[in-house]
Amino acid sequence: MTGARRAPGFGIGMNFRRLMAILGGSVPVSAVAIVLFLAVYAWPAIRFNGFGFIASNSWNLGSLYAEPVSQGGAMILPGAQYGILFLIVGTLLSTAIAMLIAVPVGVGAAVFLAEALPGRARLWLSFLVEMLAAVPSVVFGLWGYAVLIPLLGHYIFPLMTGLLGWIPWFGEPAGSGYGLLTAGLVLSLMIVPLIAATLRDAITAQPMYMREAAAALGATRFETIWKVILPGLRPVLIGAGILATGRALGETMAVLMVSGNALNVLPHSIYAPISTMAAFIASQLDSALQDPTGMATRALAEVALVLCLIAVLVNVLARLILARATAATSQQRA
Amino acid sequence: MPDATLADRAIVMRQARLHARISRRRAVSMLAWVLCGAALAALCLSIVWIIGLVLVRGIAALRPSLFTTVTQGTGGGLLNAIEGTCVLAFGTLLLVIPFGISAGIYAAEFRSSVWARVIRFLSDVLVGLPSIVLGYFGYVTMVEGLGWKFSVAAASITLAIICLPYVARTTEVALGEVPQSLREAAYAMGAGAGTVTLRISMRLAMPAVVTGVLLALAISVGETAPLLYTAGWSNYTWNGHLTGSPIGYLTYVIWAFINEPFAAAHALAYAAALLVTGMVLLISVASRMILLRAQRRM
Repeated sequence: MTGARRAPGFGIGMNFRRLMAILGGSVPVSAVAIVLFLAVYAWPAIRFNGFGFIASNSWNLGSLYAEPVSQGGAMILPGAQYGILFLIVGTLLSTAIAMLIAVPVGVGAAVFLAEALPGRARLWLSFLVEMLAAVPSVVFGLWGYAVLIPLLGHYIFPLMTGLLGWIPWFGEPAGSGYGLLTAGLVLSLMIVPLIAATLRDAITAQPMYMREAAAALGATRFETIWKVILPGLRPVLIGAGILATGRALGETMAVLMVSGNALNVLPHSIYAPISTMAAFIASQLDSALQDPTGMATRALAEVALVLCLIAVLVNVLARLILARATAATSQQRA
Repeated sequence: MPDATLADRAIVMRQARLHARISRRRAVSMLAWVLCGAALAALCLSIVWIIGLVLVRGIAALRPSLFTTVTQGTGGGLLNAIEGTCVLAFGTLLLVIPFGISAGIYAAEFRSSVWARVIRFLSDVLVGLPSIVLGYFGYVTMVEGLGWKFSVAAASITLAIICLPYVARTTEVALGEVPQSLREAAYAMGAGAGTVTLRISMRLAMPAVVTGVLLALAISVGETAPLLYTAGWSNYTWNGHLTGSPIGYLTYVIWAFINEPFAAAHALAYAAALLVTGMVLLISVASRMILLRAQRRM
């Protein structure tokens, strides 16, 4: 801003910049404060739990009516133990299922929207897909609870155990409808618009000459998309996919309403109840507040911290992959 | 001439193989199109199903008394929740507009500075943080730490932090699309950085910035998880206090009342879902129209 420095508005210009820097500082300050405060608050729990926190299935507040005892330098309720392996497994599995469904559906929908539909239909259906992205997560949960769970629990899951029972994880028991696959399905619906909309825009933005060149070589329209257009858009798909992963990892309400909220057990089939870290934080604070020593709420903060770290890790990974992929493509072009 | 027939036969066979290959490729392409269409159809079916459910059951549950009476137990009206959602959304916008837009302005107008890079990087980190984590942060720091209890202030600040990166990012992108020559012309006329940004760049970027603010509005109306432990729940209308007393909101009704065994509670949940979904979809239609109009004017 050397231009501004010489201008008559010098004083105002610098003050404006400083004002924007201070107000805009709210963004970095909040991000750092969140991680810092959670870490400080969770510190006693981190020291008390050690490595067992992420390696065991033992979330137990202890006996709420007994006198707190001192153990390992911390005051806790007798028998209190905090291990969240089942939450980590539930979070990762439900997200993995959501991605397995959302990526092919998102790619297919994006290709059809961008290439197969005439202008007006494309506009309206794109709008419809984007509406799906605007629906609040608790409404997805409501739909899952009121429509999807009776349907899956009564009809589809029993049918699936019959047809696909020979595949591990797909066999009996079919369960009640609350569980891993239901959570994955609802999550996939919530993240598919992100993938579809991003990829559709990218396909539409590809230059016409690439299609013309492929058509001149005798490729069908689909071969043009599949072998010429889409390979160049891999970075876009990876970027959108990882952002969607981040959203699925942290999704709370919809999962809370359809996952069955399992405690301390690992799922043994695709229909089994699970819980995720985000849903667990939302559902457990009330009971954690019953702990007079406060260790339970600190352990919940540790759950939030682990979730935070996974989210940041995924985010940074996405950006690294995207940056490398973009660099590689621009090198190819050059 | 046996040689000729042999050559003929070779040509015929080659053509047959070529035709077979072409028709196989055509069939594969056709099948792929059908699969892509099915994916889109499944998506559209789901959205129609979800919105249909909310519309049908929500409209069936609508009564004028919903808007005039407060919730009593699991029955009554939604006045307290509607008012609470509006109060929280207003408080969120009040906070996020100055802070978020300033962050966007700094990141775009002073883009090469270190602080701008810090803002951009941590904004990306913030956008990736799950909303329940921010809710728990609000609980630890404000509800407990500052002793505000479940309150409008704790809930609005938490929501504002969630919305910050969205507003900052849309502002930054919008300002990035303003041609540099306009700024240079204004600087050459002797304008300072403040004048150039607020009266030249921001004016052009305004439609996109407004869509960012509308997105924040949609988030604050539609979020649930971060409010569970910052806003609490109240059966009464807002008493005007910023701290110390809880406040109701619509998304809570959806989550809490659908799990009750009573038909009256379910009716309230569906009515709340209709109101929330209606508001959020209206906001997203409005922001799309603003963008379309702005594009047409350019």
